[in-house]
Amino acid sequence: MIRPESGWAALDVRELWRFRDLLLTLAAREVKLRYRQTALGVAWVVLQPLLTSGIFTVVFGIIAALPTDGLPPFLFSYAGLLGWVAFSNTLSKGGTSLVGNAHLVSKVYFPRLALPLSTVFSTLIDVGVALIVMVPLMVHYRIAPGMGVMLAPVWLALFLMLGAGFGLLTSALTVRYRDVQYIVPVLVMMLQYISPFGYSTERIKPSLLQWYMLNPLAGLTEALRWSLLGRGTVHWPYVWYAAAVSVLVLVAGAIFFKRMERQFADII
Amino acid sequence: MSAGTGISVEVRGLSKAYRIAHDPHRPTTLAEAIVRRLRDPLRRAQRETFWALRDVSFQIRQGEAVGIIGRNGAGKSTLLKILSRITVPTTGRVELYGPVGSLLEVGTGFHPELTGRENIYLNGSILGMRRREIERQFDAIVDFAEVEKFLDTPVKRYSSGMYVRLAFAVAAHLNPEILVIDEVLAVGDASFQKKCLGKMGQVASEQGRTVLFVSHNMTAVQSLCGRALWLDRGMLAADGRPADVVPRYLKTAFAPVRERIWEDRASAPGTEKVRLRRASVRPETGSPGDAIDVHAPLIVEFEYWNLSSGAKLNLSLVIMNEEGAVVFNTAPTEDPEWYGRPFPRGLFRSGCRIPGDLLNDGTHRVQLYVVEDQSVVLSRHDDLLIFDVIEPPGEREAWYGKWVGAVRPRLEWATELVEPAAADAPSGPRFLVGVL
Repeated sequence: MIRPESGWAALDVRELWRFRDLLLTLAAREVKLRYRQTALGVAWVVLQPLLTSGIFTVVFGIIAALPTDGLPPFLFSYAGLLGWVAFSNTLSKGGTSLVGNAHLVSKVYFPRLALPLSTVFSTLIDVGVALIVMVPLMVHYRIAPGMGVMLAPVWLALFLMLGAGFGLLTSALTVRYRDVQYIVPVLVMMLQYISPFGYSTERIKPSLLQWYMLNPLAGLTEALRWSLLGRGTVHWPYVWYAAAVSVLVLVAGAIFFKRMERQFADII
Repeated sequence: MSAGTGISVEVRGLSKAYRIAHDPHRPTTLAEAIVRRLRDPLRRAQRETFWALRDVSFQIRQGEAVGIIGRNGAGKSTLLKILSRITVPTTGRVELYGPVGSLLEVGTGFHPELTGRENIYLNGSILGMRRREIERQFDAIVDFAEVEKFLDTPVKRYSSGMYVRLAFAVAAHLNPEILVIDEVLAVGDASFQKKCLGKMGQVASEQGRTVLFVSHNMTAVQSLCGRALWLDRGMLAADGRPADVVPRYLKTAFAPVRERIWEDRASAPGTEKVRLRRASVRPETGSPGDAIDVHAPLIVEFEYWNLSSGAKLNLSLVIMNEEGAVVFNTAPTEDPEWYGRPFPRGLFRSGCRIPGDLLNDGTHRVQLYVVEDQSVVLSRHDDLLIFDVIEPPGEREAWYGKWVGAVRPRLEWATELVEPAAADAPSGPRFLVGVL
C-alpha cells in the first residue's frame, strides 16, 4: 500500500531486515572498490591508523610533550584512534552515501537507511584489522589489558552509533543542501584535535574540563583506552554522559532521516 | 497470494505534483537559504505546481501484461516510480498485492569497476533479491545474458550490448509478483530485444505474473500486451485493448509541426556553441503549410547560429516513423563546401532534399543532432519536426491496405512472359494425352 506523503514514516525494521543482504553487499562493494587501483591495496587499512598515530606521537608526544598517562605515546594514540576510525569512517562515508548513490535512490526502491547503515559494516572491517595490528604492538610495549577489555566492544559500538547518527543526519541534509558535504570534513578534523587522542586529559584545568568533556568523543576515547591498555585517566560520569549522547544522536539521526526519506527521490 | 483472477494492482485517484521553482534566485546553498530567511522571513518562494499525474485510477488483474503509452512528459515514468515505491504520490493511493520488482533503467547499481559476477550479486540485492535466491538463479542469469566468458571481467570493459544483456538478465530473473519495466528495450540489438520481449511475455502468460511496461515501441505493446493505458498530460486518456488504444494515441500524439522558429537566440534550443534558429520541412515546390504526398520530394532545412569560430560542424538527421522505428539517418557527408571544414561564426542554413516516392505514408518525426568534429554530439533535438506523408487522394484502385515497411520506394518493375506454359501450346503430345 502506497499512501501520500505524510510527515512521519514508521521505522520499518522488518523491511530493513528483508534487505539485510543488501546492507552486506553494499558494504562489500565499498571495501572492494576502496583499494582498487592502489599499489598497496588492503595494506592501507593498517597503514592509515599507524601513520596517524605516528603523526600524533611526533606532534603531541614529542614536540608538544603532552602527557600520555605514562603510556608509550604511540600506543596511547593508537588505542584512542581505534575509536576515531569507528566514528569518523561511519560518519564521513555515511554522510555522502545518499548523494554518492543518487542514481540508485532515484531509480530503485530499497530502504534508504541501507545506504548510510551499510557503512557501519565496512567500518567494522577497518576497526577489526586495526585491532589485530594492536596485538603485536602491545606485546612489543609489554602492556597487557585488564578485565576492562571485555567492555571494549561496548565503547566501539558507541563510537559507531555516534558516527552512524551523525551520518544519517548529514546524509539526509546533503540531499537538499550540498554544502553539508564541505562542512563535515572541516568539523571532523576539528573534532579530532579537540578529542584526547594524542594527549591525556590529566593536565586540563578542572574549570575547562567540564567544557572539554562535552564532546562525547572525549569520554568514549578515555573509556576505550582504559579498556584496551588497562590504565589511563577516565572521567566516568562523562563516559556515561557520552554513552547517552551517542544513543540519542543515533535515534535523532534515524528519526530525521525517516522524516526526510520520502522526498529523497524527488529532490536528489 | 490471491487467486489467478485476483486484483494485482489497484490505483485510485492518484496524483503527483512537483513544485518547480519559478524563482531564478532560488537558494541552493544552506547559507543563502539562511540569509534569505533572516532578511525576509515571510517571503514565500515563487513556485509553480506541475501535476505529473492527475487523478489516475485503474485496476490490473493478476497475470495481465499492460503497456503504458503516451508522449514524453505524459507521466508514464512518474507512474512507474510510484508503483515501484521510489517516490510517493501527492494524493490518492495504490495497493499492490505482492512484491514489486522494477527495472526503470538498465544497469542501475552496476558498478563499472566490479566484475560481471560481482555486479550480478550487487544488482540483484539492490533489486531486492536475497543472496541465496541470486545463487539459485545465477546460472540462468549468465546463460540468458550470454556473458559466461566475461564473468570475471570488470563491466567497464563490456560492450554496451553485453552490459544491457547482463542488466536485463538480472531483472528478468527477479521473482516478483508484479514486474514494472520502463523503456529499457530501446537499447540492445534487435535479436536481444526480441529475447527480452519473449521473456516478458513468458513472465506474464506462463508464470501468471503481472507485467507493466512503458514503451514507445507500439509493435511491442500490441504484440505483448492484452491492455494499454494511454497517459496524456498526467491523465488517463484511454484504457483498453491495444488494438483500439494504440491507433487513437498515434493519431493525436504527433500533431504536425512543420516549421519552428526561435526569435530569441539566448533561449533557443542548443548549447553555447550552436543554437537553432529555424527548422522546417516542406514539399520542394511549396511552403511548409502544403500537404506532403508520397510522391513529393521534400526539403528539410535548418538555420542555426554558430557561436564559436572554427568549429567543424555537421548536422545529422534521423527520420523516424510513427512506430519509433528509424527510417534512415543522414549527414552532409556529400556536402562539398563545408563538410569537415571549420565554420566561422555566423548564421548558417543546412538542408537536404528527400526524394519523392521514398517515405511511406504516415507520421514522420525528425530528430536532429548537432555534431562537432564528426563525432562529438553537441546537442540532440527529439521530435523537432513532425509531418504527415499522405496518400494522394484517388490514386488507389485495387489495394486499400497500407503498404507495409518503413519506406515505400517506387521501383521499376518489369514482367515478361519467359516461356508460355505447355498447356497453352496450340498442339503437342501432352495436349493429346490430356484429352485422352
